[in-house]
Amino acid sequence: MAEQHNPMLSLRGLTRRFGGLTAVDAIDLDLARGELISIIGPNGAGKTTLFNLVTGLDRPDAGTVRFEGHDITGLSPERLAAEGIARTFQLGRVFGNLSVMDNVLIGAHTRLRAVKPAVPVIGPLLELGLALLRPASVKAEEERLREDVKAILARFGERLLPRIDQPAYSLSYANRRRVEIARALALKPRLLLLDEPTAGMNPTETAEMQVLVAELKAEGLTILLIEHKLEMVMRLSDRVIVMDEGKKIAEGPGEEVRTDPKVIEAYLGHGLSGMTEQESAA
Amino acid sequence: MAGATAPAAFPYPSGDQRLSSWLDYTINGLIVGNVYALVAVGLALIFGVSRLINFAQGSIYLVGAYIGWVAVVQLHTPLPLTIIVVAAAAALVGLIIERFGLRPLQNSVRIAPLLATIGISFVLDQLVMLTFSPNPRALPSQLPDVRFQLGGGTIGPLDLLIAGVGITSALLLFVFLRYSKLGWAVRAASQDRDAAMQMGVDVNRVNQAVFGIAAALGGVSGMLVGMYYNQIDTAMSLQATLKGVVAEVVGGAGNVPGAVIGSLLLGLVESYGVAVFGTSYRNLFAFLLLVVVLVLRPNGLFASARQAPPEPLTGTFIAPSRPVRIPRWALAVAAAGFAVLPFFPVSFYVLQTLINAWLLGMLALSLTLVAGTVGQVSLGHAALLAIGAYTSALLSLTLAVPVGLAVIGGGLMSAALGTLLISPSFRLRGHYVSIATLAIGEIVSLVILNWESVTRGPIGISGIPPLSLFGHDLISPSSVYWFSLAVMVVLALLQGRLLTSHLGRSFRAIRDDDIAARAYGLSLNRYKSLAFIFGGFAAGVSGGIAAHLYSYINHETFNTQQSILALTVVILGGLGNVVGAILGSVALVGLPEVFRIAAEYRILIYGIVLLLLVRFRPQGLLGTI
Ligand SMILES: Nc1ncnc2c1ncn2[C@@H]1O[C@H](COP(=O)(O)OP(=O)(O)OP(=O)(O)O)[C@@H](O)[C@H]1O
Ligand SMILES: [Mg+2]
Repeated sequence: MAEQHNPMLSLRGLTRRFGGLTAVDAIDLDLARGELISIIGPNGAGKTTLFNLVTGLDRPDAGTVRFEGHDITGLSPERLAAEGIARTFQLGRVFGNLSVMDNVLIGAHTRLRAVKPAVPVIGPLLELGLALLRPASVKAEEERLREDVKAILARFGERLLPRIDQPAYSLSYANRRRVEIARALALKPRLLLLDEPTAGMNPTETAEMQVLVAELKAEGLTILLIEHKLEMVMRLSDRVIVMDEGKKIAEGPGEEVRTDPKVIEAYLGHGLSGMTEQESAA
Repeated sequence: MAGATAPAAFPYPSGDQRLSSWLDYTINGLIVGNVYALVAVGLALIFGVSRLINFAQGSIYLVGAYIGWVAVVQLHTPLPLTIIVVAAAAALVGLIIERFGLRPLQNSVRIAPLLATIGISFVLDQLVMLTFSPNPRALPSQLPDVRFQLGGGTIGPLDLLIAGVGITSALLLFVFLRYSKLGWAVRAASQDRDAAMQMGVDVNRVNQAVFGIAAALGGVSGMLVGMYYNQIDTAMSLQATLKGVVAEVVGGAGNVPGAVIGSLLLGLVESYGVAVFGTSYRNLFAFLLLVVVLVLRPNGLFASARQAPPEPLTGTFIAPSRPVRIPRWALAVAAAGFAVLPFFPVSFYVLQTLINAWLLGMLALSLTLVAGTVGQVSLGHAALLAIGAYTSALLSLTLAVPVGLAVIGGGLMSAALGTLLISPSFRLRGHYVSIATLAIGEIVSLVILNWESVTRGPIGISGIPPLSLFGHDLISPSSVYWFSLAVMVVLALLQGRLLTSHLGRSFRAIRDDDIAARAYGLSLNRYKSLAFIFGGFAAGVSGGIAAHLYSYINHETFNTQQSILALTVVILGGLGNVVGAILGSVALVGLPEVFRIAAEYRILIYGIVLLLLVRFRPQGLLGTI
């Protein structure tokens, strides 16, 4: 793998402790441009915590995160969003009182230029003034983003477009998950982190989601995926990383990892909660 | 802010009994700290199990002081019995608050219990005030008035009593938490509420226990302070809430031993501060300590490790609803109707009432943006009025700036200063913002009172020139009416435009989920600042106009009651709802006039309205936006 010399995302010795518990334990990971890596592991393995460390919502106790060659360890989430890192949340964090349109427009926030002049000190005041005055450039930009949002929503067929003006709290659970993914896509991310995008979805919805993720990958998007449904993981992933109790216990192509005795033991050790049950769901 | 002149909120050496040595200041600081601890421990217990800062804690303290007065002065109970009566009666109040005020809100949005404790606190304070009159009363200590020599200082029996009650309560609490079954449940619930519930802990019983204990401690504390000072009055309540909360936050919210240490520390800081700078600045030290801790260690001095909030923080902050859509033409008709009103034979009294409604409307616009659209429930909004009023008055009086410009200057100053003062709390959530704004309101009032060279101190500013526009004085009621109506309409239109811009959705996104908002590149500092700048301007303009209208202002003109009235208006209209803010203002200013409700009952009614709204119509009349 030649591109491994210049990975898009590279983690070294990433560690996060909560009191006595080491939720993420010295994780190394390299993600090449255009690659899709899945992270699997039993409940409480530390997958979400790892995402939080990469996206700046939490800071590591040790280790580094490098993105496109720059050290981004401990940078704020808003900085990382501006760098092109977008994520979805496991439990769903849509903005409940915002319409579908507004939710996804927030995803495009880092792409605002005309209304957010990059002027130091008085920049925020200019932003306030421009928001109130709305010169033609600002209106045009807003219009363009709205068109973008509609194009993104169209990827979900007729699931979201007819509900574009409804508040997110009124949507079904699966639709809220879709809004989250649409919001992430609106950022035009260079790196996309998906935390269990199909959690709570039925088989049809899961299949739809799998098609969408496959499309995104085909379009060249670099993706880090946390997923319990192994069927989907096997089909989509270039590589699979298995975590257990914070540690990386296996890494490699899907089929190889699946038969790794260490992996089977990790899942068995956790009362079969992960693999079999999830697999049958998928 | 009404409390700024409170003579005796907590024990302090007054001028004539100035303590002679550092030892005296230390003893005094520790005694005061003990009193704070009784309040703060209750706050910490409640926060621990329900993640709620109980803004009614100071009111229970007030109730305790007055029950103590009834017991001592009217029933002539001996001291031990007085303490028991006060503790039992206060505990009963705590249980009632828990059962009828908070338990019904268990499954509602996060803002509801916060607003409920604020409403309860106002209702309780007003009830005490109506029952006992706002005048201070003497509360004799029932202890011999002797002082013992101790090293370089002296100590009295009351000091020893306070220390004794503090230590005894701490021991009892420790034994209860450590060795009783209910105490174990309380500890379990405060560590992990969900896990405790799964293990069969009865959360309602835990809440009851915690509110009962907190109220008993708070009530006894109020009584002791009353005796220490030999004086009680209704302004004690707000002061106690503030000091208790400061101590609790310093120790780390929810941390019971931390609250004790935070209280002692606060007592010492204040006592030494008073030693060096004099008593008039005493509250300033508490609030400076609060701001420093909030900025440097938002989890308190004794927070064990850096803890990221666990992910399930998703419950919405405000009640979801579909706002009532009012067609533009209807709004235009309403505005036109109010605009032509002075052409009809309406009385001066009606115009005067509506002018008050428009001024309140500007304040409510400001608060509905800050509290509703961005979710920063400000309890010190009247401070923005005060900043605007003083700036405008001083600009026109001392620099002869034309009044129209001076009012705009007041708005700008309020926007700038208000935002600067609140900015340390931008990375905090919900309750902390409310505490910080409450404290900032106090700081502003204290600075106005003490910065005599500029603000003329307690004398206030008189002879403020009347409103004028392009050199024409606006004296007639109808011209003042038109002016304030026009300013309010312009502000409302601007705010409506703001809400439809990208800033509107950014503000609301931050309110709904600040973590997701940050993950999508929204800087909390930047957008909360912008909201406070815009809102500060509207409030400052309102204060500026009021100053020229009243022609006299002092540090008490703009007080906490106005902040709470504005909050009730905002909830009534619907959080974030521009039309709702104006409708709410007209309703809350107008209806009491229509029904001729006496002034002293109004605040009580506002408090009750707030409570009923939170319980039965959290989205307000027109819905949240
Ligand atoms: N903020 C926190 N404070 C304390 N402990 C935490 C915190 N966040 C996570 N943990 C703990 O860290 C461990 C890893 O949690 P994490 O959510 O990362 O697991 P996960 O692999 O995403 O699990 P799941 O498949 O259930 O989502 C768990 O034991 C969890 O309880
Ligand atoms: Mg997870």
